[in-house]
This record gives sequence, structure tokens and C-alpha cells, in this order.
Amino acid sequence: MSDGSERPPLIELSGIGKTFGGVTALSNVDFVLREGEVHGLVGENGAGKSTLMKIIAGVHTEFEGSYRLDGQPVRLRSTRDALARGIGMVHQELSIVPHLSVAENVFLGNQPVSSLGVVRWRHMAREAEAHLKNLGIEVDPTVEAGSLSLGLQQLIEIGRVLFSGARIIILDEPTSALSPPEVERLFQVIDRLRQGGKSFIFISHFLDDVLAISDTVSIFRNSRHVRTAPAAELDKGQIIELMIGRGHEELEESYLGTLELPPASTAPTLLEVRGLTLKGAFEELDLAVHEGEALGIYGFMGCGQLELVRALVGKLKADRGTLVIGGVERRLANTAAGKRAGVALVPESRRSMLFADSPIYRNISISVLERISRWLVKPVAERQLAREKIEELRIRAGSETVALRTLSGGNQQKVALARWLAYRPNVLVLAEPTRGMDVGAKDDVVKIIRALKEQKMGVIVVSTEPETVLSLADRILVMRRGRFTREFVAEAVGKDQLLAAA
Amino acid sequence: MKVWVLRRLTAIAPLITLLFLVAIFVSASPSFATIDNAANILRQVSITAIIATGLTFVILTAEIDLSVASVANAVGILVAFFTLQAAYVNIANVPLPGGFAILFAIMAALALGGITAFGVVVIGIPSFIMTLAMMQIGAGISALLVRGQIAYNVPDLVKTLGSGSIAGIPWIVIVATLFLAVGHFVLSYTRFGRYVYMVGGNREAAEYAGVNVKLIVAAVMIIGAFCSGVAGMLGVAYYGSAQQNQFDDFLLDSIAAVVVGGTSLFGGRGGIPNTIIGLFVLGVLNNGLDHVDIDSFLKILIRGLILLLALVINVYAQKIRAD
Repeated sequence: MSDGSERPPLIELSGIGKTFGGVTALSNVDFVLREGEVHGLVGENGAGKSTLMKIIAGVHTEFEGSYRLDGQPVRLRSTRDALARGIGMVHQELSIVPHLSVAENVFLGNQPVSSLGVVRWRHMAREAEAHLKNLGIEVDPTVEAGSLSLGLQQLIEIGRVLFSGARIIILDEPTSALSPPEVERLFQVIDRLRQGGKSFIFISHFLDDVLAISDTVSIFRNSRHVRTAPAAELDKGQIIELMIGRGHEELEESYLGTLELPPASTAPTLLEVRGLTLKGAFEELDLAVHEGEALGIYGFMGCGQLELVRALVGKLKADRGTLVIGGVERRLANTAAGKRAGVALVPESRRSMLFADSPIYRNISISVLERISRWLVKPVAERQLAREKIEELRIRAGSETVALRTLSGGNQQKVALARWLAYRPNVLVLAEPTRGMDVGAKDDVVKIIRALKEQKMGVIVVSTEPETVLSLADRILVMRRGRFTREFVAEAVGKDQLLAAA
Repeated sequence: MKVWVLRRLTAIAPLITLLFLVAIFVSASPSFATIDNAANILRQVSITAIIATGLTFVILTAEIDLSVASVANAVGILVAFFTLQAAYVNIANVPLPGGFAILFAIMAALALGGITAFGVVVIGIPSFIMTLAMMQIGAGISALLVRGQIAYNVPDLVKTLGSGSIAGIPWIVIVATLFLAVGHFVLSYTRFGRYVYMVGGNREAAEYAGVNVKLIVAAVMIIGAFCSGVAGMLGVAYYGSAQQNQFDDFLLDSIAAVVVGGTSLFGGRGGIPNTIIGLFVLGVLNNGLDHVDIDSFLKILIRGLILLLALVINVYAQKIRAD
């Protein structure tokens, strides 16, 4: 890795600030990207790195501070404008069109046409193949892009961005869903392009990957830039420390300190999983939840945790492995079977669990209708139940008959919880239970879960936010790329250790 | 008051369309506003009403059934096939006692609905495509059974319910009323009905709430086929004959009745009261146009335009409601 400071800066940002409705996302940030450089951006969720990258890529066009490209001040109007100036972006969610061929994807939006307006297919295929080969990607340009591995699709998207003229490529979490050999290949391609003078901004939670490929690393914390240094001068421990911030100025805000986890539970096992495998999502997972215990599962976005929770309740079927619930081995045909077996899930997205146009009471009673009524619905009993839950969970709602969509996000989330509190499953699985909640509502969730544990329910909390897992769990499993990498039990654990294990 | 109106706007908008149509036809034709004609309209919408009852269930779950008319035709022909026909009707029919003929016809309707349900929930074929195939299968069954002939005889019970009357009231109107009433009861007051609305409102959420979504969807497809089958049998008696393609108009009419009434094609909103208003809009329109003196070819176009207008009004009514 050469000394990048000799080369001229391509992008120079100084004094960048950005607020969203009064909330500061970036404050007085400086950033420099040089030609032929791979620049890693790291920081926790919400530290400001995605806001910065969106400013660079022309997504956010209103901000404070100056943006210079090739030494000239610029004002990007759109992402299209950014691409025209040579700045391209590859998102974590790829924009490959799965049913089009590799060549069509490479040429997407500017297919070569003859003077008659007919697409020049053979020309296109030849060009695409040669272009990809140039990057060291050997692939048949006529196959459907969707049939290729995720790693190849990503390389093809990088190829497309380059083909449309980019010399600066922003990669957002490029390695999160890749296997180690695929990561290796991606790095080879990046390295080759770097030697050819292309520059990269590499945003990732995977610090090992960032250190392996970057020339320079910039660390963000709480909307501020804290440090930029050559990758060779940094190690993972230092980066984590800088990301979390041990300095006293942010002590209350982001640093929870270490937490003493309670001793391992000796209560009866409610749910046990052995060797659970779903291809492309997770492999050989073992876990157990005991009575009155909250198990936390921490991992970055895309590590397979969302598929795992779906497999636990019967929404997804695992390829292999056993699921033992209440001492009985089960094959859950659907979520109804999962519910009968005593396992329920509150998924991570509100939209996929709530009936926005239905009254609150129907949103709550849906899980227990069969207990309230055999044949005929009993709205009076349902509304009574809803009123109890509204009071118990301190849901702010005018009445139990108003449409759910009139509630605030945090209160909607509580309605989803209320549904399962009414049913009382043996094991309740919560994905991102506090996402988008204010501090008061988060506290309420902590209390609710404590109450559930006292009622001997088993709870599984899955989150990409270390604070959520730390504040709710008695025992923590760290998940990385579809596998559990570490278990924290009966020991002191802090955010830094979680980050290091993930 | 305002809230009450807003909440029912999806039902009120088609009601306004209906009153508007009635007002127009009353002023345009002296023969429209008679007791006799009102009875006519009731009779004319009865078969559509039976089909539309089942279709309301289907559409409330955000599915569609394009095979309703074709299943009605096949089941109507089947019940005639199991009844002794006059010697000059050249059909290789299998005469059975009336009760068995009806039983077999109903079982056939359930079986056709079962196949549709299997295709949709087990294999995963979108209902639009699956029922398009079933539409062709129903037409094929009809064609094979009658082979271009016309059958006339049906079991006595079917004949009475389809074309008889009691105390001056046609049985078919009573049956249609019964279907609508039971449909409304099931949708509004039973657990199953609640699940139908919830699955239509947000299928994924219903699944996460532990509702057996596939079972509900399968059930509504079978209910749809059952209603179509009954309508087909009574229709044969109503028209006095069983032949190919005799129900073709009922596909559009029944879908139009449900949707014009304000039941959302995206599921979860609407119900039998909406369907009833939709049936009357359609019935008044079809009947009223016969009472006014305009070019009969132009009437087809006018009918289409009025249906379009009704749908546009519904869309705006739903927007107002959402705001």
C-alpha cells in the first residue's frame, strides 16, 4: 500500500454538516479521497457514514460545507449527475436485474443500437465479455444474471458502474453476504482497479475486511469524523475503541460500559436447535432457550439472523437440522403450527406484522381469536382485551377502535407486542424490538421483557444494535455470515467485544 | 356524524351512483318505475347475486376467480346430465334420482374449487392464471357433456328453486337473498370471516400472527366454486335449458357487481352490503337501458361508460376516506 498523500486529491470535503428535521446527522466533517486509493469508512449505525456517502454520491444535495471534485467546487444535482462526473455507487441491495443477461445488465440503460434502433445483441455480448474480462471476471455474458452467485452479481454491478464511466466507486457493505473466497476475489478485482487508477470508498462493519483492502481508514462517531489514518497504522482494537468512544465527552450517549451477564440458566429448556442449516442464509446453528431467559443474538445486517428467526417460527423451512420445542422434535409446516407449538415472532418491520387499516383491537385479538371464540367473533371481549393491553403496555391511543395507522411508530410496535402478550407463547422471538423507538418507549420494552421472563417465558432478541442486545439479553450469541462465532455467558461483556466478535 | 359518513364512504359512493341511475331511468321511462319492473330487476340479478356472494369472499382475500361463470355452466350442465332427458335430446346422459344428481353436481363444484385451491395455495399459481385455466376446463367439461346439444330437464327441486315461486315470490330471489344473508353473516360475525378480512388486509401480517393463510385462501376459492355451482344449477332451471356458453355474461357481471359495490380488489375492504349495492347498480343499469329508447348497439357502450364512472367515483371515495 503506497503512500497516498503524494497523489492529488480527487474529492475534498470540508466542514460538511447535515441535519434532518433538527437531528444532526453530520457535523463539521472533513474527508479527502485520492486517486488510486481505497478509503475505508467505519462507524456504528447512525455514526454518519451513510449520510456522508450519500452526499458524495449526489443523493443528498443540500448540506453545509464545501465539496470539491478535481480541485473544483461542485454542486451535484442528482446521482445521475454524480455518475456523469465519474462517481458511482454499489449498494448493499444490488440493483442487478435478475432476469436479464449479464451483458444486458452491464449495458443497462444504454444498450448499443444500430441505426434502425435495433439492439445489437452480439456486439453487446462481446463488449460486455471483454469489459468484464478486463476486470478479471470470467463469465458467459449470455446467462441470466440472477442465476449467478451473489459475489459474481456484485462484481458485474461494479463492472456496470465502471462501464458507465465511474472512476470513483462507493461500495456499501460489499462483503456482508459473501463467502471468504468471494471476498478474496472481490479484493483482487478492487486491487487491480486501484492499480489502474480507480478510487474506492469502502463502507463496512467488517473491520478485518476494511483493514485488509484499504489504504486509508476514516472513523466516524456520533455524526463526527474522529480520525483518518493509513490502514497500516491501525488495528481492529484501536478502531473499535475510536468507534465507540471511551472519551468522557460521549460517555452517557453511546458507551454503556461492560455488563455483567448472569450465570447460565439451569431452568428447563423451552426451545433447542441443533445443526440448523438453510443454504445461503445460515449453517450449522445450535442454540437453546430456557425458561425465564432472554437470549440475545447480535450480528450485522445480512448475517442470516432474519432467516433464522423465520425458521424458528415456521415461516421458512430449514434444509437441515432439528428444532425441539418443549421437548418434542417439530417440523413446522407454517406459522400456525409454530404458534400452536408455542413459538411466536415479532418481525423487524412494522409493515409486515400490522394491519394498518384495521382497528387496534383487531390487531391485538388476531392471535387469540380461537380462544375468545369458537365460531362467532366476540367484539366486546376483544375490545376488553385490547383495553387491558393498551393500559398494561402504556400504548398511547385514543381508543381501541381507532385504525392502527393513526398511532405513532413506537406505539404500533407495542401493539405487535401486545398481540403476543395476549397469546403467551412459550418462546417469543423479537427482531429489532426497539428500532425507531424513543428512549421512553425503549425503557418500556425493557420492562415488558423483564415481566415476560418473570412469567417463565423464553425470549430471543435479535438485533443489529449492540445496545439493544446488551440491554435486553441474559446470554448473547454473536452471529457472523450465517454462523455463531461466539457465546457470551456469565461474564462481563461490552459493545467492543460484540463488535470484535461479529 | 361526519366520522360515520367517512367510515362508510366506500358504501355510500356506490349508493349515490345507484340513486342517480334510478332517478335517470325514472324520468326517462314511465315503464321503469313499476312494481312489476322492480320484481323483474330482483329476478334478473338473483343468479349474479349467488355467484357474487362467493366472489366477494375471494376478492376480499385479494384473490380473483375468473372461472365462476364457466364452473356455473359446467355444474348446471352436469345436473342436467344426471337427469333423464327427452328422447329427442341426443345426449348420452346418466339418469339418476334427483337427489343424487344434485349431490353429484355440488360435489363436482367443490372438486373444481378444490383443484383451483390446490393450484393456488399448494403449487403457488397466481389465482388470476389458475382460474383462467379452470375457466377453460369448465368450458371443456360443458362442451364434452352436451356435445352441441341442449338439455332441458333438471331435478324437480332445482326446477322449483330456479323457476318456481311461492306466494308470488320467485324462489330464486329467496335463494339469492339467503346466500347473501349467510355470506354476510359469515364474513361479519364468524372467526373465519375475520380471518378472510385480515388475510386480505395484510397477508404477511396474518401469517406472522399465526393465521393459516393457505387454508383461508383455499377455503374462499372452494366457497367461490360452490356458489357458482349452485347458481349454475338454478340458472339452468331459470332459463329452462342447459347449453354451452350460456353463462358467459355472468363473469363480468359478478366481478362488476362486487367491485362497483366498493369492495377493494386489493383485499380487506368491502363486504356483502357493498356487493348488494353493486348488484342493484348493475341490475338497474341492465334493466333500465331496456326501458329507454336508444340504439341498442349504443347501449352496450353506455353500459361500459357508466360502469367506468362508478369505478372512478369509488376510487375517489376511497382516497377521501384515506385522507
